[in-house]
Amino acid sequence: MGINARGGAQPARMCRRQFVQGMAGGTLLLGAGGLFARTAAPGSTPGPMPAPLSGTQFDLSIDELAVNYSGAQRLATAVNGQVPAPLLRWREGDVVTLRVTNRLRVHSSIHWHGMIVPADMDGVPGVSFPGIAPGATFVYRFPVTQHGTYWYHSHSRFQEQTGLYGPLVIEPRGGERHRCERDYTVILSDWSDVDPEHVYATLKRQSDYFNFHQRTVADLHADIARQGAAAAGANWALWARMRMDPTDLLDVSGAVYTYLMNGSTPSANWTALFSRGERVRLRFINGSSMSFFDVRIPGLTMTVIAADGQDVEPVSVDEFRIGTAEVYDVVVAPADDRPYTIFAQAMDRSGYARGTLSPQPGMQAGVPPPDARPLLSLADMGMAMSGMPGPPAMDMAGMAGMEDMEDAPGMPGMSHDAAAAPRSRSHSHYGPGVDMLAANPQLRLHDPGVGLRDNGRRVLTYGDLHTLGGAIDAREPQRDMELHLTGHMQRYLWSFDGRKFSESRPLQFRYGERLRIVLVNDSMMTHPIHLHGMWSEIEGAQGEFQLRKHTVTVQPGQRLSYRVSADALGRWAYHCHLLYHMEAGMFREVVVAREAGAGEP
Amino acid sequence: MTLRAAASNARTSAAPRRRAASRGARLLAMLGLILAPMGALAAADDDPESSAAEHVAPAPPANTVPEMPYAQMASMMDMDDTGRLGRILVDQWEWRDEADRRGSGVWDAEGWYGGDYDKLWVRTEGDWPSAAAAQGRAELLWDRIVTRWWSLQGGARYDFGGGAGKGWAALGVQGLAPYWINVEATVYADDAGSLAARFKAETDLRFTQRLILQPELELNAYSRADRAREQGAGLSDVDAGLRLRYEIRRELAPYLGLAWLRRSGASAQLLRAAGALPDELQWLIGVRFWY
Repeated sequence: MGINARGGAQPARMCRRQFVQGMAGGTLLLGAGGLFARTAAPGSTPGPMPAPLSGTQFDLSIDELAVNYSGAQRLATAVNGQVPAPLLRWREGDVVTLRVTNRLRVHSSIHWHGMIVPADMDGVPGVSFPGIAPGATFVYRFPVTQHGTYWYHSHSRFQEQTGLYGPLVIEPRGGERHRCERDYTVILSDWSDVDPEHVYATLKRQSDYFNFHQRTVADLHADIARQGAAAAGANWALWARMRMDPTDLLDVSGAVYTYLMNGSTPSANWTALFSRGERVRLRFINGSSMSFFDVRIPGLTMTVIAADGQDVEPVSVDEFRIGTAEVYDVVVAPADDRPYTIFAQAMDRSGYARGTLSPQPGMQAGVPPPDARPLLSLADMGMAMSGMPGPPAMDMAGMAGMEDMEDAPGMPGMSHDAAAAPRSRSHSHYGPGVDMLAANPQLRLHDPGVGLRDNGRRVLTYGDLHTLGGAIDAREPQRDMELHLTGHMQRYLWSFDGRKFSESRPLQFRYGERLRIVLVNDSMMTHPIHLHGMWSEIEGAQGEFQLRKHTVTVQPGQRLSYRVSADALGRWAYHCHLLYHMEAGMFREVVVAREAGAGEP
Repeated sequence: MTLRAAASNARTSAAPRRRAASRGARLLAMLGLILAPMGALAAADDDPESSAAEHVAPAPPANTVPEMPYAQMASMMDMDDTGRLGRILVDQWEWRDEADRRGSGVWDAEGWYGGDYDKLWVRTEGDWPSAAAAQGRAELLWDRIVTRWWSLQGGARYDFGGGAGKGWAALGVQGLAPYWINVEATVYADDAGSLAARFKAETDLRFTQRLILQPELELNAYSRADRAREQGAGLSDVDAGLRLRYEIRRELAPYLGLAWLRRSGASAQLLRAAGALPDELQWLIGVRFWY
């Protein structure tokens, strides 16, 4: 996976013969030696990463592959015999052609996540194209008009969960803004030995099945000792009355997942080499299906230089949270001739992915213990309100416990929030598929999220990120579209505005319009929301341009807005990127169409 | 850069030329006025710092997928939120140590199959003091979610053992009450006009992630006595249980427990007449499992 960018540009085009050989090498490696490397003793060095594929012509073959991450052999979904799928390197300005052959027994597809491509090249079966039938080859061909780090994955059923995800790096036409001696993609993922169909069915049967961090009698006892019986009892009663679980952070946990870094288990320890004094660019991609990771490299400050492929004003942090499908490029400059651990713990602390930045192969640094298991706060319930006396909000009859207010640091932009008061809503409006509504959602752009608040480290927030170059479209939005992220944890239902995909109509965007999408997270889960085909330009507290993303993480109880330019004709997918939420119905079709009788914008 | 800003740039750059006051210069100035904004715009296009200039909208799709009904689309997408699933839960499969008998087996199980909103629901419970003498009930219900915590259930109940079988029509609610209490409340009617009611509540208290105490309370009431089933009119029986289970897996949990069974009113009299105790404390051991 390592791209050594030392000495400037990568050799651009590989001749076809070299390419095929490279592919065969990768297959052999994974088919034989690679498997053993993965189950080798902790601290051993995995085999060399397969070479990236670069150029403008690509042949990709989707097939099953035997893998072994946990001691048990399972079948994964691979591209060219690799899990993760091979790194593709493109150049801005090129037209790329990708011939994708499906050798599975079921339909497949590849979606180029974050790429601005014509609708029929976007790779969502049923929306962009009919999918790739078993044995068939689909030819993707489109101009590459952007640069940065992206990724690609299957959009068919659970193939992304079983391995069909890979990194995508596009070299800028004018050269990299930040010169780095080393350049690595780091794709994080979650592997399960259990068939994803069964994982999904299990969540429907018992939604807390994978949560082994639930509150116990001992926890209540500890709370009483710490806060006194009255406060502890009131807090317990508040949650119990609402039938909400403050430990419900991730639906699927380390109880069934092995977290991978570039396809390596923590014990296989994926390793990236550096020499002291070099600048190392790490392109972090969350290619998981259901996991949020909190990433840090103890001993190193990371300078974030891009978010979702978009260059940002560099910002230095100790740690960042990366939502499913999000991408962050960071630069580190290790000063010492020693190994550093790249530590990516799951948001619920049930496990971690781990690798090493090392001056030599085979070295490793200490792995930090997981942080304390966080609990959702009142802010996460959308209840962080500033001294609002008044009648209790909808669900929280008689709730007291405002002491968790300080859990939401910053609390910026109250004026903006107040101006855009939530529209009147009720449970009868959303129906029985919605278990709660955020009474007073807040922007909280400077809130790093549950488990990262006041942890003593400098943690990245959306409020720290400013995309360079401003918005792609300076116009004020012509209209607002408000959508609520809704669900019912007990029944494991997920939806927008209480309606599953099957119960919804497509969202209509007028071709050429600039619109504002307001997302309100009424649920207790953090949702990464991905709009295909068009950028999501997040607004700051005063409505100013903040940052441009393809996947927008919305925290529980959060209300944020972004602007979209509907300049991409066609049908598009719009969904939560937690795979099981999407499958459960948290999906919308977006149609960008010319209005009848309207000309070019 | 906006058009207006570009035009004002053009004006300032054109101003010195006007001072030359020659016809040609004036012509050039006019030309400048026209060309400068175009040049400024071109410069903005080349400015690598401007996202507006860098962003390229995609071409319209050459091929489109036609609109289609949901079922067809779900099949093509391989993504269907209307899929149906099932679950079978044997909540109690236990042996109870009864004071006056040799003990008996007790079961309480349910199963469902369906989508997110509508399910076919089966419930059964009963006991078998000996292999030949099983006595209990089975219910077949339609379960429809009506509010966010409650569903409505309607269907039929059949009592078996203790003489001839007996059928009832059933209507009830099931759901999750505040404080995580699972509740079932059902009323029944037979064709002779008898009524019956059943109420059951249970919750889980976690000592650890796997060691879980389940308190449970079940009440049954009848409008008419049924001697064959030891049922008196009124509140017939109360069955309160405490079961401490250990989840080896979520799906498999052996347990130990205590049940307090009380027959009240007419039911108690019927039992006393038969020489049995109206209330009993029973030890029990069993296993809970589901799929």
